Amino acid sequence: MSSETKQILTTDGIPLEISLKKAEKKNKIKAFLLVAPLLVFLFITYVFPIGEMFTRSVDDKMVTNMLPKTFKAMEKWDGKELPPEEVFAGFYSDFKILVENQTQGKLGQRLNKEKNGFNSITKKLLRQIKRKKIDETIGIKEQIMKVHKNWRNVEYWQAIKRTAPPYTFAKYLKGMDMYFAPDGSIAQVDEDRRIHRILWLRTLEIALFVTIFCFLMGYPIAHLLATLPMKYSNLLMICVLLPFWTSLLVRTASWMILLQQQGVVNDFFVMIGLVSDDSRPEMMYNKVGTYVAMTQILLPFMVLPLYSVMKTISPSLMRAGKSLGGTPFVAFWKVYFPLTIPGIGAGCLLVFILAIGYYITPALVGGASGTLISNQIAYHMKTTLDWSFASAMGLMLLSGVLVIYWIYNKLVGVDNIKLG
Amino acid sequence: MALPSYTETRYRIWHYIYISICTFVFFFLIAPLFVIFPLSFNAEEFLVFSEGMKRLDPDAFSFRWYHEMVYGTKNPWGLAAKNSFIIAIFATIGSIILGTLAALGLSSRHMPYKGMIMAILISPMIVPLIISGVAIFFFMAKVGLAATHTGIILAHIILGTPFVVITVTATLSGFDHSVTRAAASLGSNPVNTFMKITLPLILPGVISGGLFAFVTSFDEVVVVLFLAGLENTTIPVQMWTGLREQLSPTILAVATCLIILSTLILITAELLRRRSERLRGINR
Repeated sequence: MSSETKQILTTDGIPLEISLKKAEKKNKIKAFLLVAPLLVFLFITYVFPIGEMFTRSVDDKMVTNMLPKTFKAMEKWDGKELPPEEVFAGFYSDFKILVENQTQGKLGQRLNKEKNGFNSITKKLLRQIKRKKIDETIGIKEQIMKVHKNWRNVEYWQAIKRTAPPYTFAKYLKGMDMYFAPDGSIAQVDEDRRIHRILWLRTLEIALFVTIFCFLMGYPIAHLLATLPMKYSNLLMICVLLPFWTSLLVRTASWMILLQQQGVVNDFFVMIGLVSDDSRPEMMYNKVGTYVAMTQILLPFMVLPLYSVMKTISPSLMRAGKSLGGTPFVAFWKVYFPLTIPGIGAGCLLVFILAIGYYITPALVGGASGTLISNQIAYHMKTTLDWSFASAMGLMLLSGVLVIYWIYNKLVGVDNIKLG
Repeated sequence: MALPSYTETRYRIWHYIYISICTFVFFFLIAPLFVIFPLSFNAEEFLVFSEGMKRLDPDAFSFRWYHEMVYGTKNPWGLAAKNSFIIAIFATIGSIILGTLAALGLSSRHMPYKGMIMAILISPMIVPLIISGVAIFFFMAKVGLAATHTGIILAHIILGTPFVVITVTATLSGFDHSVTRAAASLGSNPVNTFMKITLPLILPGVISGGLFAFVTSFDEVVVVLFLAGLENTTIPVQMWTGLREQLSPTILAVATCLIILSTLILITAELLRRRSERLRGINR
């Protein structure tokens, strides 16, 4: 009897609890259906393609597909001494198919990256096949070995074996200036050729310093904007918002004009006697240009979050701090500053995330010593066409950004991003 | 910011240092934009202030580069401007529709996995553009949309929606849901309620999100560089090429036009923001 009284029924006679759950589920589905179009669109055009970058970056199927019989025969080879006849025969028949399709050149280039000399010895082999010098009725091993002495060298066959797996992390190692040594261990590139590590460090350094500069410059003006009366602060806010809304290329162009050797900044330095007319400093196409331009371009992203936090801090708190005996400095440091930390976190993380992936401005004002990792990615996408390497570096950068994004999400919450 | 008369000297000095730092920063922010104006009227071909300009000699100024921008032979700006506007307008419409729908769903308190989905929807804004560019290029090349307007528009919808999602969710956060319930209780169907009640109230947020999406698309160069063929060149792409190859004052004429455009957009966005705050009853 007690259970009957507890059971509340709706007018349809369904228990209320079930009916509510049903309604809740319906609402959930409704809400989700509204988000679904964008989510599906993003997954198809954006999230999956980024995932595909991963498969592309580790993809090494080319040789695997080119030499199927060789690798099949190599399964039984221990890799210490010269491979047996079957491997040579397998390689020969694979190679002949490649010659028929005229794709043996690609194999030579790819293997040459693994071990120098493959390009020439595959060409030698090609010539012998074209001249029909190889008799298929007798042992292939002896005949190939006669083509060039390197075909008798076990290291070359070991190199071929290394390309057997359909995927490789070599591109990621290359991005960190490392490579797979012949024995399969990971080795460092010679010290004078470690260009990528320099670029990673420089990217971090520039992003870090730009963030610091933005903070040092953004904090005072955000404070001023938040404490001034509305009618003045609205006017000054335009100084922050106008650059924010102006095309990135326009702002970069104006810095190129300002910083060039005959530019306005140098004119000014000469005028006040800081430098002489014939020793105008080079401020563009180096790190100085990158720092100055990026700081100005990213400054609004620091000011806006700081401002929105400072706006909520009541001025009476500072007065209270002072009335309790604190000097203005103490009151600021002990009362005001701690309250602005959420804004500082938001602004710094945002600026850092944006700075670390910057491309346009460093490419235009950076010169050789001001380029960042993004420029290297673009270079490999457009010039060397090494797309798998570009993908690998892109994903390395992305993983760094995602970690910061995750921290940002934890600390600030993406739904708290303020615009304008 | 007048100081009270009893302020000690050292705080007085500190105060003036603070004010001068702020002045410097504001100058640093805004001054670079103004160097472009006078130089775009330069009669000469160089990107430095000529002696005549420093003396304010009227002969040193001319509309030469504006003329060049509009009527110049073989000049790319006409096509670029047309493409930029077409792409930006369609990308904005797409972003507004997808972004507003998603924001409506996200603001519902029944939405499951809200945080994670929001993080995914915002990600195109956070992920470095170069990576987005590479990924989108691979996709568009696969489906055969590289070097087409459609491909670039779709790419810009991806980049523009986060802004719409953010602004519309922000507007909806102060939204009084009882008005939609009132409409429903008075017999209005959901579509009608949305068109007559919800949309007019969130319209400022939608439009300002749309403005962001428009500016994003209009200003975007990294992804377009990957996707565009010669036919799809846009204003930023032309500026990029111009800045890399030879700095011609024509670029400054274009830049001046862009600054005027961005000023107009800024004014609109500010007016909308204030209207939105008034509508939502927030007094700051």
